[in-house]
Amino acid sequence: MNTRAVTETKANTSPSREEPALLPPVDVIEDATGITLYADLPGVPKDRLNVRVEGETLLIDADLVLALPQDMQASHAEVRHTHYRRAFTLSRELDPGQVSAELSQGVLRLRIPKAEHAQPRRIAVQVA
Amino acid sequence: MYSLFSRDLFAEFDRLQRELQQSFGTMSPSIRGFAPGFPALNVGSTPRSVEVYAFAPGIDPARIEVNLERGVLTIEGERAGVLPTDDDKATAHVNERFEGRFRRVLSMPDDIDPGAVNASYRDGVLHVSVQRRESAQPRRIEVQ
Repeated sequence: MNTRAVTETKANTSPSREEPALLPPVDVIEDATGITLYADLPGVPKDRLNVRVEGETLLIDADLVLALPQDMQASHAEVRHTHYRRAFTLSRELDPGQVSAELSQGVLRLRIPKAEHAQPRRIAVQVA
Repeated sequence: MYSLFSRDLFAEFDRLQRELQQSFGTMSPSIRGFAPGFPALNVGSTPRSVEVYAFAPGIDPARIEVNLERGVLTIEGERAGVLPTDDDKATAHVNERFEGRFRRVLSMPDDIDPGAVNASYRDGVLHVSVQRRESAQPRRIEVQ
C-alpha cells in the first residue's frame, strides 16, 4: 500500500568508515514531481559534506567541525561524534542524475525529481 | 578514532551517573536534569571561560534568544517546520526533525562574569562563551 519512494538502507554503506557516526534526523516529503529530503547536519561546513548516489543508494556523509578552545575540558556532551552518516535506497521512478543539494545553516535540502516518464499525467477518459 | 569530546571520560561519567541513579532511585544529580532535547548541548570549560555549544540548525540567528540571568543561561527560540499543509498535494513520509518552540536552561558556575558573554551562530551551531571573573582565575603567587 504505502510504497515509499525513498527507503532507508541499513548501515553497510562504506566499509572503510567503521567508526560510530551520528544519524541525522530527516524529513522526507513527496509531491507530484519529486522528493524533497531535509537533514539536520549542525556544524557541517559546505566543503565537508559529501552527498552521492551509488547505484540505487543515496549516501549522506559529513564531518562536524567545531573550533574548540585548546585547553577546554568537556563537562557535558550530548553530541559525541564528529561524523554524520545516513543512507537511503531510491526507488526506480526517481532520477538519480538530477539530484540537487543545498546546505544552509546546518540543514541539508536535497531535491530528487521523478524521471520524466514517472511524472503525473492526466488520462483523458473517452466517452464511448 | 578521534572524538569531539573525550569518550572515555564520558563513558566513566555515564557509569557514575547510572550508579548514582540506581542508588537514589529516580533522583537526578541536577535539579533541572539533563533531559536530552532540542537543541542538543555540549558544555565545556577552560580556566578563563565556560563554553556552550547548542546544535540548532536551520534557525534565523535573529530569532534565537540567549539570556543569562542569576547564573542561569537560557537558550530559546522557534524553528519553522517544512511539512506540507493539508491543502498541499504532498505527503510527508518521514518526519523526524524538530519543529516548534524550544527552550533549554543551564546553570552556570558561580565564578562567571555575566557582563562578558559572547554568542555566535555558524553552520547551525550556536556557540555561547561566558568569561570567568578575573579574580576567580588561578594566579601564581610570588614567594618573596
